[in-house]
Amino acid sequence: MTIELLYFARIREAIGVDAERIDPPADVDTVAALVDWLAARGGVYADAFADRGRLRAAVDQVFATPDASIVGAREIALFPPVTGG
Amino acid sequence: MNPLVLVGPQPLDTPALLTALEDAGGGGVASFTGIVRGDGGLVELRLDHYPGMTERALAGVAEEAARRWPLLAVTVAHRTGPMVPGDRIVFVGAASRHRAAALEATAFLIDWLKTRAPFWKREGFADGSARWVDARAEDDEATARWG
Repeated sequence: MTIELLYFARIREAIGVDAERIDPPADVDTVAALVDWLAARGGVYADAFADRGRLRAAVDQVFATPDASIVGAREIALFPPVTGG
Repeated sequence: MNPLVLVGPQPLDTPALLTALEDAGGGGVASFTGIVRGDGGLVELRLDHYPGMTERALAGVAEEAARRWPLLAVTVAHRTGPMVPGDRIVFVGAASRHRAAALEATAFLIDWLKTRAPFWKREGFADGSARWVDARAEDDEATARWG
């Protein structure tokens, strides 16, 4: 299942792209597992996701916790804590 | 009552937004306007956001306020892109029959918006340096007090 993965702010800058298409294995079924899977690529991915405490996510445009399911998700975004207002 | 949600790079016309709230037929209007500060040599503030999710998140914040208080109108407007000190960055406001609902809803709107909408601030300084603004624990605490 192909997922559109989006990056914002510091995460986007660290990885160097704002979006990519991914097709993770079936056992990568939560936000936390996805981040682990991406970080295992090493390089800029390992650096971007080194501090999981400063990483937030949205699944299909709704904020999601690390244990949230990504099964069936079409769009996932990874970004730092928000700073609007 | 449909909340008014505005997101985009155009300047915020707060007089027009206030007039619209005043025309809702209530007895009270309250609002909060956030202004870009020029602290520490800041010359530019850039607001990145997540198009699509941003509008959904702001509508959700506005709808939650309307669920909690008897509002006649509610407005949530956030500027995006590059701004300079003195520019308006955010406007939230509410109209109600009596002042308490409008005042409380306004405080709720800005507190929730700060932690529940996908915006990121990047500060640019006169020496050419730039940095992403870190989230503040006080903002989480301000959101938490509303339950």
